[in-house]
Amino acid sequence: MEFSWPLLRQLTGKDRLGRAAAAKSPRTGSRPARTAAADRVVKSVCPYCAVGCAQNVYVRDEKVVQIEGDPDSPISRGRLCPKGASSLQLTTGSGRLRKVLYRPPHAADWQELDLDAAMEMVADRIIETRRATWEWENAGRRVARTMGVASLGGATLDNEENYLIKKLFTALGVVQIENQARVCHSSTVVGLGTSFGRGGATTFLQDLQHSDCVLIQGSNFAEAHPVGFQWVMEAKARGAVVIHVDPRFTRTSALADLHVPIRVGSDVAFLGAIVNHVLENELFFRDYVLHYTNASTILREDYRDAEDLDGLFSGFDPETRDYDDDTWQYEGMRTVAASGERDEHYDRPAGTMPPGRAEVQGGTGVPLHGEPVRDETLRHPRCVLQVLRRHFARYTPEMVQRVCGVPPELFAQVCRHLTENSGPDRTAEFVYAVGWTQHSDGAQFIRTASILQLLLGNIGRPGGGIQALRGHASIQGSSDIPTLFNLLPGYIPMPHAHEHERMRDFLRADSPCRGFWANMPAYLVSLLKAWWGPSATRDNDFHFDYLPRLTGSHSTYDTVLAQLDGTCKGYLLLGENPAVGSANARMQRLGMAELDWLVVRDLNLIESATWWKDGPEIETGELTTSEIGTEVFFFPAAAHTEKSGSFTNTNRWLQWHHRAVEPEGDARSDLWFMYHLGRIIRRKLAGSGDPMDRPLLDLTWDYPVEGESAEPVAEAVLAEINGWDAEGRPLDAYSQLKDDGSTVCGCWIYCGVYAGGVNRAARRKPAAEQDWVAAEWAWAWPANRRVLYNRASAAPDGRPWSERKRLVWWDESAGRWTGHDVPDFEEDKPPSYRPEPGAQGPAALSGIDPFIMQSDGKGWLFAPSGVVDGPLPSHFEPQDSPVANPLYGHQRNPARKLYRHEDNRYQPSGEEPGASVYPYVVTTYRLTEHFTAGGMSRHTPYLAELQPEMFCEVSPELAAERGLVHGEWATVITARSAIEARVLVTDRIAPLHLNGRVIHQIGLPFHFGPNGLARGDAANELVSISLDPNSHIQEVKALSADIRPGRRPRGPALPELVLSYRRRAGVTEHTGTEV
Amino acid sequence: MGFFTDTSICIGCKACEVACKEWNAVPEDGLSFTGMSYDNSVGLGADTWRHVAFVEQRKPLGHQETGARDLDFRWLMASDVCKHCTHAACLDVCPTGSLFRTEYGTVVVQEDICNGCGYCVPACPFGVIGRREASGTAAKCTMCYDRLEVGQEPACAKTCPTDSIQFGELDELRERAARRLEQVHAAGTSSARLYGHDPADGVGGTGALFLLLDEPQVYGLPPDPVVTTADLPSMWRHAGAAALALLAGIAVAAWRRGR
Amino acid sequence: MSSQTDVRLDDAPDLRTEREATPGSAGRGSRSLRPGERDAGSYYGLPVLNRTPWSDHDIAGYLFLGGLAGASSTLAAAAELTGRPALARAAKVAALGAVGGSLYALIHDLGKPSRFLNMLRVFKVTSPMSVGTWILTAYGPQAATAAATELTGLFPRLGRAATVGAGLAGPALATYTAALICDTAVPAWHDGFREMPFLFAGSAAASAGGLGMLAAPVAQAGPARRVALAGTALECAATVRMRRRMGMTAEPLRRSRLLKAGMALSVTGALLGQALGRRSRVAAMAAGAALLAGSACTRFGIFHAGIASGDDPRYTVEPQLARLATSRAERDLR
Ligand SMILES: Nc1nc2c(c(=O)[nH]1)N[C@H]1C(S)=C(S)[C@@H](COP(=O)(O)OP(=O)(O)OC[C@H]3O[C@@H](n4cnc5c(=O)[nH]c(N)nc54)[C@H](O)[C@@H]3O)O[C@H]1N2
Ligand SMILES: Nc1nc2c(c(=O)[nH]1)N[C@H]1C(S)=C(S)[C@@H](COP(=O)(O)OP(=O)(O)OC[C@H]3O[C@@H](n4cnc5c(=O)[nH]c(N)nc54)[C@H](O)[C@@H]3O)O[C@H]1N2
Ligand code: SF4
Ligand code: SF4
Ligand code: SF4
Ligand code: SF4
Ligand code: SF4
Ligand SMILES: [Mo]
Repeated sequence: MEFSWPLLRQLTGKDRLGRAAAAKSPRTGSRPARTAAADRVVKSVCPYCAVGCAQNVYVRDEKVVQIEGDPDSPISRGRLCPKGASSLQLTTGSGRLRKVLYRPPHAADWQELDLDAAMEMVADRIIETRRATWEWENAGRRVARTMGVASLGGATLDNEENYLIKKLFTALGVVQIENQARVCHSSTVVGLGTSFGRGGATTFLQDLQHSDCVLIQGSNFAEAHPVGFQWVMEAKARGAVVIHVDPRFTRTSALADLHVPIRVGSDVAFLGAIVNHVLENELFFRDYVLHYTNASTILREDYRDAEDLDGLFSGFDPETRDYDDDTWQYEGMRTVAASGERDEHYDRPAGTMPPGRAEVQGGTGVPLHGEPVRDETLRHPRCVLQVLRRHFARYTPEMVQRVCGVPPELFAQVCRHLTENSGPDRTAEFVYAVGWTQHSDGAQFIRTASILQLLLGNIGRPGGGIQALRGHASIQGSSDIPTLFNLLPGYIPMPHAHEHERMRDFLRADSPCRGFWANMPAYLVSLLKAWWGPSATRDNDFHFDYLPRLTGSHSTYDTVLAQLDGTCKGYLLLGENPAVGSANARMQRLGMAELDWLVVRDLNLIESATWWKDGPEIETGELTTSEIGTEVFFFPAAAHTEKSGSFTNTNRWLQWHHRAVEPEGDARSDLWFMYHLGRIIRRKLAGSGDPMDRPLLDLTWDYPVEGESAEPVAEAVLAEINGWDAEGRPLDAYSQLKDDGSTVCGCWIYCGVYAGGVNRAARRKPAAEQDWVAAEWAWAWPANRRVLYNRASAAPDGRPWSERKRLVWWDESAGRWTGHDVPDFEEDKPPSYRPEPGAQGPAALSGIDPFIMQSDGKGWLFAPSGVVDGPLPSHFEPQDSPVANPLYGHQRNPARKLYRHEDNRYQPSGEEPGASVYPYVVTTYRLTEHFTAGGMSRHTPYLAELQPEMFCEVSPELAAERGLVHGEWATVITARSAIEARVLVTDRIAPLHLNGRVIHQIGLPFHFGPNGLARGDAANELVSISLDPNSHIQEVKALSADIRPGRRPRGPALPELVLSYRRRAGVTEHTGTEV
Repeated sequence: MGFFTDTSICIGCKACEVACKEWNAVPEDGLSFTGMSYDNSVGLGADTWRHVAFVEQRKPLGHQETGARDLDFRWLMASDVCKHCTHAACLDVCPTGSLFRTEYGTVVVQEDICNGCGYCVPACPFGVIGRREASGTAAKCTMCYDRLEVGQEPACAKTCPTDSIQFGELDELRERAARRLEQVHAAGTSSARLYGHDPADGVGGTGALFLLLDEPQVYGLPPDPVVTTADLPSMWRHAGAAALALLAGIAVAAWRRGR
Repeated sequence: MSSQTDVRLDDAPDLRTEREATPGSAGRGSRSLRPGERDAGSYYGLPVLNRTPWSDHDIAGYLFLGGLAGASSTLAAAAELTGRPALARAAKVAALGAVGGSLYALIHDLGKPSRFLNMLRVFKVTSPMSVGTWILTAYGPQAATAAATELTGLFPRLGRAATVGAGLAGPALATYTAALICDTAVPAWHDGFREMPFLFAGSAAASAGGLGMLAAPVAQAGPARRVALAGTALECAATVRMRRRMGMTAEPLRRSRLLKAGMALSVTGALLGQALGRRSRVAAMAAGAALLAGSACTRFGIFHAGIASGDDPRYTVEPQLARLATSRAERDLR
């Protein structure tokens, strides 16, 4: 009998003590778990980082009630890190804005604005500014563009959204289109692209489990890609050695076997010394190196190495800081520049590549012409291997101690583990992220690792390769479908301004090239057809002249200067927060204060939207709200649960997320914003006879819309990206693309994602029902290959190097390549195939050329072209560094990009007078608990409470030296600004001993800013704009500073303090700007 | 059912803390910088049901090589949770029956019954349960009772990126923990030990076992917790004796004649 | 329940999963822990226990008032049965007032006072608070009836029965509160569980005696004085024994100023009552007040000492470590 009075139940039932069933209340257990009670479960993808963990979104009564991991995902296996786990709060939190806000010029506060009215106003602003700043010509060459408008952001957006941004803005003649890829991993594209042919990670996360040695350097894997880190643990469980080389002992180090503390910015010296060790002790994988790399290729006689010229290679022009790469070429062979580089070669002196261009080749591989001369004995003094040997000869363990602060015994252990775990039967994998990319010679960090992995024979093999851990959910996608100034979709270069250029000229130099880039005409024509549809014909050059032209670099940092000098008047921030996230944050804001109008689209009121009201310059009095004329629009963005689209994860996997619910209020997707903005502008300009409006009016811009808010159908955009043939049938592969205008394709490398009219990005065959490659989960470019260059997993004869490491091999009986992965090779090209002399395109590559995007089919130990600051990596000090360069007379990378500006002063370094004013090394980094500039974590209570305040990490030794007190405040000062932070004294940051000198490092997380729940000064106030010349990435990973106890001064006293330091250090506009 | 939290593979990501809060709508628990390594949630309580401890020590971890300084160093991270004690003091002392033992062997607060007496708080020898300021009722980990009822594993275990939190049948977990301890010992970390695995301990073994890399108190855990009600029979006897003494004393005092 | 991708490159079904990763297994040769490097023994000096969420006014007040009520009821019954109506009357009223106050304090401290009645859902012998609630349930109405009949003069028979009933239940009310606080993990409370009921009984007696001296004419207050003296003696004896037996967890008790003051007041009150209380009403009243104050101080002292012992992790950790060491030694001897 059931009594409602528990006491009676207790007395009559089994639970006499009243501690179990008897005490149960009727309500307990009566409400089913909301995962079980949901009306539907929608498949999605985590919107934070590029691991791309799969999410299940539970919806009840048209509200998202829970978000958790999808156990079917082969990548994440149902797990989510704290950020992914907080997605429910991110998307449904009460803090999210749902209203359009408007700040009229000079106004003190926001006002609300109707969404439609706001759209009309923004359309008007764009039309007006464009008209007022239109340039048909620049220095006598046709440019057909506007420099008055710029946009920034894209890595948090879907591929489809990026596609519309690039398409619409390009048609409007806007060239300053940029996103996080610039500041994040652009040097990766150069480093990996020139070495192997494609700028993406060569492998995928799950494959880590097959590694015998995982070397994590320049990445804080466990903190920045926590769910991906499970695959390191898998490898570890199976016996792998895990090494973490990092200035700080992090949560990654805590789980590693070896932690090697290294001075920031010194990795080239460290890796170069391993290269030296490998070469000197003949530890390289000889067969692999001989056949698959350019080790045997002979260089020109007039090539001079940095070892001969004290840090410079032959061809340097100190005036322009540019290299002419002529002398870097292979012997007896004329290098024709890559698809991108070629563009300016015929009216500029060879080799003077405008900045940002190298990234183009990086993404695409550099075609070569002629036949390279080789010495298969590898003994020729001018063969690449011997050049390499000489180049790195001075990179010794002693030098590692002097430059990096790593003791020789520890260094020897790393060498031992790495070489013992490489070879036919074993593989080692490198993992890096922005600890390597964000340096003034970042591309060269990655180049050094590429050289090492080629020497050890680890590329293209299971458990090998180089894992570049990308940042945002779709930062790979926003590079592939680039909202980047210098690229068109699929790494086709944006054309530069030339006289009378027609597409034929642009493509001309491409025609005799070898490898897969031979088909660029088909890729480009199909793109132009996608954009300008029927109006693009062979007769009008497929509207090639509708593309606005570049005249040098228009990167995000150039845009800031253009804002400061008044050229750039309108700015759209489409999911990026430069007021916190970009180098020299103060300059970012000062630039925005010069704008006529600013559009911010975001989930939350980020600093880049509110600086005019409460930014640091208002506090110091440098800016006054009423004097700021910038008109500001804030549009609330739809979250990932409120729109459909695809993200491309760190390993090139396109994963579709489905819309779970409609966005509330004025919140709209960026797809909606771009589509309707374009629609309104086109409506307003309809009937215009002005030729500048033609590209816009001829643009194909009629996507189907659905629902009350008229949301464009994302799949329709994906279908255009994939492309179709003359009959409108979806294409299956980029090999079907034609240069005659009969095919349409918005991004050739994504061709195949919609093959057969099926959205392959949305495939979700559970991991448990597939092998570890999980080929039927999502879709990876290119052609669903997961391990790039996997031809190299087999020996030249086509058989696996070893049973243990078999991945792809030649099936003699079937006459085709086969294996676990989709072969990254022509399927039926036998290992024995050798090209006819004069063969072109893919046919010009032999059966033993695994790097099919490279024009010689080889991995490049030596980069004869494509890397603007040298064919081989050399160690240079960061722009601001307390340490003198012991290797070369040039302290800093001679080719680095600098911006001389009052607000961007550089500091004396090494032994220069005044260097001791900024005696400590500073590095900036991430925490598991926050995300980038904080827009997605500092407003989220569950994340904010985990790391609530800006802090700095210092060693007990430094704390003692400077009187810093644990838990109290400290002020960190550079020539740009000063910030305050709470002090965290920890053994995790060890002082380094360099040649008897003690170097202290200071660690600063960069997530904090004045808005949101977790607050603090932004680390980027301290950072200067000094860039890698290849990719225009900023150096935020290594700088120098002073630190002292106490809070920073407020008001005008703050700039005073910074100035007083500058005076003491003798900082002038010339400081740090020498070659 | 229970947990085996293997701290040797914890990456300190705190996903467990967040997933727990999301699932159970636990409120934010304060925004202050503590300086306790990377731990800013301080400890378990009404508004933190999973808590990740961070311990920086000048001690070696197995054969781990930690770099340049002539200093042993290790960074321990451990995710703590309600132990779901076999002999649970919180449950024993609860006067309303709000705390009860479920069919899964777990210990759960029934918010609709709890009167906020707070008695469970000092009763818990692990410092787990707390009384919420806002609601006035006690709160702690439910081992995701509602999820178990629909055959889903607890949110914290599900989200854990490295499977440091393992959920399952206790017997199996105990076996796995024992095997795991051998493994970790063999790998060189001799300071590793199990916690809560022993049914003969003061709380009858816990429903949440741990593999720790140092002594429990280093992580803020009691080294030898004993359920307070183990002494309750004796307490009642003493209280009874004292009551009788009081009764007798007063009686004697009154019966003695005089002024 | 978590999934694994089972099919791997080498196709072995029994491959280790990441659960079996052993960080720190490669690297240098093994070194043993440096001796003498034991940590402070706590996590950043934070308490192991969560702090008891009770307010001292409510709960220490409750301990005091409960004791006063219980002992007063017994004293009332004794006085009534031995023909001391004035003392009985005073004690009954005091008991009602005290139990009313204690009930108020108890309910006031509940996070959800409206849910007081939930205490009556179950009867749990494992929960002194539950037992106490039922004691209160039995005792309260009788004490109320006793006082009400006394004051109104109605239903004298019922009044007498209630008086006796309350008198018999009173000691339970006075001492169960010791079990209540001892049945926690708070070191200074729990470890004193053997003596605490006697301490509480003594303190209750002293306070009831004190109240009797304060409220009843000297002539009838003889039992009150004797009860106060005996109670104080019991309280002192229990305290001394407790401190001696408990070891380090007695430190907070020893340090407590309130406890010292309580003891001093009780002893003063008891002795003063004995010496002068027979003669001087004023002295009796002063002694009574001192006794009441002393008892209150004692309860507040116990309360705060307990809180302090919980706040310092040493009191939790060290005795447990010692216990472990002892049992290990015992095991080794065997
Ligand atoms: N939790 C979390 N995850 C994230 C992000 C986030 O903000 N939070 N952001 C995402 C994004 S956008 C990105 S790009 C990735 C970045 O991922 P990571 O690159 O892993 O992130 P960081 O912390 O910036 O830098 C990694 C490490 O590089 C070290 N380091 C700095 N300078 C050097 C150096 O010169 N040499 C070497 N060897 N190491 C150096 C730092 O100490 C740091 O530990 O993470 C993504 N994932
Ligand atoms: N000092 C220092 N600086 C750094 C770095 C460093 O390591 N050190 N790292 C650099 C790196 S790698 C990166 S990637 C950058 C990142 O810097 P940012 O990209 O500026 O930082 P986020 O906070 O990620 O900004 C993205 C914004 O997009 C918003 N958002 C999210 N989803 C959507 C959406 O669907 N639509 C719209 N419109 N908005 C959305 C988010 O709320 C967030 O505010 O920072 C760089 N800056
Ligand atoms: S932030 Fe990255 S690792 Fe974390 S859940 Fe999202 S995708 Fe996975
Ligand atoms: S989720 Fe797992 S790995 Fe992360 S802190 Fe919690 S227990 Fe550790
Ligand atoms: S750990 Fe504490 S709260 Fe959890 S069951 Fe045990 S006694 Fe109760
Ligand atoms: S606070 Fe609630 S759960 Fe805790 S003992 Fe009291 S009634 Fe039970
Ligand atoms: S089992 Fe559920 S309630 Fe308990 S800590 Fe984990 S997520 Fe929170
Ligand atoms: Mo990034």
